[in-house]
Amino acid sequence: MIHRKAGAVLAAAVFSVALAAWPAVAQELKIGLSTEPSSLDPQYHNLSPNNQIALNMFEALVAQDPEQNLQPALAVSWKAVNDTTWEFKLREGVKFHDGSPFTAEDVVFTIERAAKVPNAPSPFTQFTKQIVGIDVVDPLTVRLRTAAPAPLLPVDMVAIRILSKKAASGPAPEGKTTEQLNRGEGLVGTGPFKFVEWSRGNQLVVERYDGYWGAKAAWKKVIFRPLTNAATRVAGLLSGDVDFIENPPTVDLPKLATNERVTLARALSNRIIYIHLDQFTEPTSGIPDAGGKNPLKDKRVRQALSLALDRNAIVQRIMEGFAVPAGDLLPYPMFGTRKDTPVEKVDVAQAKKLLAEAGYPNGFSITLGTPNGRYINDAKVAETIAALWTRVGVKTQIEASAPPVFFKNRDEFKYSAYLAGWGASTGEMSDPLRALVATPNPERGMGGTNKGRYSNPAMDAKLVEALRTVDDEKRRTLLQEASKLAMDDHGILPLHFEVSVWAMKKGLTYKGRADQYTLPYMVTPAP
Amino acid sequence: MLVFIIRRLMQAVVVMVVMSALVFGGIYLIGNPVAMLISDQASEADRLAVIRDLGLDQPIWQQYLTFVGKALVGDFGKSFRAGEPAMRLIFQHMPATLELAVIAMTIAVLIGVPLGLYAGLRPDSFGARSIMTVSILGFSLPTFWVGLMLIMLFAVALPDWIPGWPRLPSSGRGPTVDVFGLKLSFLTAQGWLHLLLPAMTLALAKGALIIRLTRAATREVLPMDYVKFARAKGLRERRIVGVHVLKNIAIPIATVTGLELGQVIAFAVVTETIFSWPGMGKLLIDSILLLDRPVVVAYLVIIVFFLVLLNLLVDILYSVLDPRVRLDATAR
Amino acid sequence: MTDLAADKLPTTTSPAAKVETPLRRFISAFCESKLALFGLVLVIIIAIAAVLAPWLAPQNPYDIAKLDIFDSKMPPGSASSDGTLTYWLGTDGQARDMLSAIMYGLRVSLLVGAVSVVAALAIGTMVGLVAAYFGGRVDAFLMRCVDIQLSFPAILVALILLAVLGQGVDKVLYALIAVQWAYFARAARAAALVEREKEYIEAARCLALPQRRILWRHLLPNCLPPLIVIATVEIAHAIALEATLSFLGLGVPVTEPSLGKLIANGFEFLMAGKYWIALFPGVALAIALIGINLVGDHLRDILNPRNAR
Repeated sequence: MIHRKAGAVLAAAVFSVALAAWPAVAQELKIGLSTEPSSLDPQYHNLSPNNQIALNMFEALVAQDPEQNLQPALAVSWKAVNDTTWEFKLREGVKFHDGSPFTAEDVVFTIERAAKVPNAPSPFTQFTKQIVGIDVVDPLTVRLRTAAPAPLLPVDMVAIRILSKKAASGPAPEGKTTEQLNRGEGLVGTGPFKFVEWSRGNQLVVERYDGYWGAKAAWKKVIFRPLTNAATRVAGLLSGDVDFIENPPTVDLPKLATNERVTLARALSNRIIYIHLDQFTEPTSGIPDAGGKNPLKDKRVRQALSLALDRNAIVQRIMEGFAVPAGDLLPYPMFGTRKDTPVEKVDVAQAKKLLAEAGYPNGFSITLGTPNGRYINDAKVAETIAALWTRVGVKTQIEASAPPVFFKNRDEFKYSAYLAGWGASTGEMSDPLRALVATPNPERGMGGTNKGRYSNPAMDAKLVEALRTVDDEKRRTLLQEASKLAMDDHGILPLHFEVSVWAMKKGLTYKGRADQYTLPYMVTPAP
Repeated sequence: MLVFIIRRLMQAVVVMVVMSALVFGGIYLIGNPVAMLISDQASEADRLAVIRDLGLDQPIWQQYLTFVGKALVGDFGKSFRAGEPAMRLIFQHMPATLELAVIAMTIAVLIGVPLGLYAGLRPDSFGARSIMTVSILGFSLPTFWVGLMLIMLFAVALPDWIPGWPRLPSSGRGPTVDVFGLKLSFLTAQGWLHLLLPAMTLALAKGALIIRLTRAATREVLPMDYVKFARAKGLRERRIVGVHVLKNIAIPIATVTGLELGQVIAFAVVTETIFSWPGMGKLLIDSILLLDRPVVVAYLVIIVFFLVLLNLLVDILYSVLDPRVRLDATAR
Repeated sequence: MTDLAADKLPTTTSPAAKVETPLRRFISAFCESKLALFGLVLVIIIAIAAVLAPWLAPQNPYDIAKLDIFDSKMPPGSASSDGTLTYWLGTDGQARDMLSAIMYGLRVSLLVGAVSVVAALAIGTMVGLVAAYFGGRVDAFLMRCVDIQLSFPAILVALILLAVLGQGVDKVLYALIAVQWAYFARAARAAALVEREKEYIEAARCLALPQRRILWRHLLPNCLPPLIVIATVEIAHAIALEATLSFLGLGVPVTEPSLGKLIANGFEFLMAGKYWIALFPGVALAIALIGINLVGDHLRDILNPRNAR
């Protein structure tokens, strides 16, 4: 964790200055959300729309600043007591919305509850399952024991928002059920806002919690409205229906940027948009005319496809400049990235030459799968890629599907090439390497989303070694080497990193976040 | 009469069974809802656990039988996404849709009947011809296109061009007031503003229909003896139209209005999507896109029930108003 | 609207059988309405633009190799970056010339409309004739199905079918056929019930002609005129429905955009001031629908004996 310390300290300092400058005016803030949370239960559905809402009413032991550096929240400090035990010192004098004090018992209750929530569509056990025991040392000290060394446990704790044991206990195994929490029963946290009402599909209202331990939010009342259609969201902002929106469509950004009534905030996200190429089946279903062979198994072909991609054109014309061309799976300077990673330059002649060398002077046809509506401009980017590939002789067709259909096809290996995205929530190179590039091996949790089935034993070895290396410097070097192997192989073709954007009426300020969360207590009126 | 009602209800049950089986099988084949719900970072074990929790690991016929068994006792399952009973979700979203539909229909009648009456009374006047031509526009243009144009005009262009022109809200629903537990928004000023554009969008097509219907009915009534008698008696034109004509065209208009309410509720799917109106139509589209099967099936059951009920009521009303109509089984 | 047309049909006796020179009489009646003629002109223009699109359109919008991404979102009247083309209606987000995209989109829309209506007409007529001719239980069962089908709003049925079938032009066709056949079945039955009692059918029966022959050679041709009227209006209905479904994201795929899909693509550009991407396909759609409806409306007036002078 050393690599994050300096950043964290700096960010904390900047923050305390910013916090002090906030005038505590009684005002109302109306926010247009692109996706409504599916539930208010902070342990029901681990997905951004839910997590960002939970963060208004609840806090975790550990928080992340806009750059994803760890920060103290309900825990003031944490340290590894030994290889398999982490100790968290809890903040003193924190009170829940109902006035009861926050103690270690609430932490135990919350961590244990995560595994008991029934029918959770995306359970929080992914953060808690390595915990084998919780020891309450004293009311303000807890120790979490794990079976194996868990260097990333404090990062995991960011996702576990603490419920009040007193308020959220109940007859069901999980205490207050998800349905009860959705109605506001037991929805008691320590966060900067208190729950007021939620009418699904229409609005969620929270109001400032005046007993909050930290800096008070600038807003007396915050109203979230789900405006799922991007164009209506922008219209809502322009007509004054809402003050602040997330994810304005990229097509509107040039005009919004010059609109004097609107301010934009942006942040480079940790989400990479990439293309996976089938490097396993022979012949592969999406390429019917390569004489029974799978051309994608040839590195020269993969490189040609990469050279054909005009990443700058995609970023400029489709993403309106709100993306960054990628040459790796995480943006520099995140942990494990290389400073000198080049972004592949478009070179049509070289691409054609490589295809000819590989035995495809006339190219071949290929079908590129893409979800329609999962990532920013996904299908449009795919269409442009089709045009770019066709230009070098690889006649490309697009198969754009609704996201659930796309994912089903992807998981059944129906695509020879597909476009998708990956958000590395830990902010470390091991995250995308392990999920997207490592040879698939479910037992060891490797290559879970590597549906192109690229496999490079040398890369796997480096990654496995990195994952059990505690020394940060050594781990960094190993990860850099591993990612270089994968990139040189063109085992996966990185396209661009998404830039998250928020639009708000003039006079508001917001610091864009790498985790793409919209957090109203970080929104400030002009000083 | 009773036989008639029972027969209709039986039909409804058949339709519900066929539709639910279709939706069950189709959504099962088409995609995987879990992929959309679960976090990218979840492990394979977590994924399998979620699939098991939602019952999606079982063969499709078994899932369907389980569903039917529970549905018989009124349990239509929980939404995959929201974790709440699907029926409750639908009922939560219903007042918004009904409010929109009823208000749109009211606007359509208030505009359509006078214009249609005028066109029927003076069929050869310039005004009547213009009304009829414009009414063709009204039902030719698809609802979504009309909605877009209204947003363009009243929420973007006019306020941009003309300073001081009020910018109409183009998304969402205004604040609501509780009336007997129903959340209604048309009782507040802001609520009305929000209702205006979506309701106009829906009202346009239905208004055009009512114009044509009223005109046709008026033209049929005018040559009737009782109107001629009234004229001969020297009654004022206003009274002839107000009493004799209106009374007689009221039956077909009321019937069609009733039947069209079902259409309006169905078309609200489109309007609600454009205007982010939090009704059950938007819920349906969202659920279809997410493959949230329990909600789609529950919506179907509700809407089938509703439409059958509506048709039934209209038929009964019709038979009460017009004694020539008899509701026996072979009448149709 | 089509419902009403169907309801009125039982009183319709085939006008073709009554007049001596039906076609001439029909044409002169049609030409009486300037509005209907105007509609016909619109329909012809639209049809020519769609059918001849590959030859008339300045660009083939499906030939992605020809698209230059740097020409995207150009306003109407701009010249292409290589100077060979003027984008009279501007370009969309993929640098497609809007005029070409609209012409090709019209093709998809009209094709979907026409094919689905012809198929629905065939299926519906068959069902209707069989029901009318055989009567009894067959009739009761088939008409019950028709009643049930018609009690559901078309948009809803199509929506559910597409949710179940998935995306694609063929899937949209199935859905549209499924929601339309019942109109034709009801109208065909009504017309056939009237025709069945006529003397020529009786005569055919007396000659002991096979049932199939009576059904297809005698009954069918005489039931067609009212069905053609419904078909005209239904084409407009089908096109509008397809556009709506595509707009909702459940219709044709992005790679073969119909007018509805083009409008949907343009929707998000609307607020950005790039009005042409949604507006022009919308205008084309409106022209097509208004034209067809003007023609259909007048046809209905001509063929409805209640309006006969």
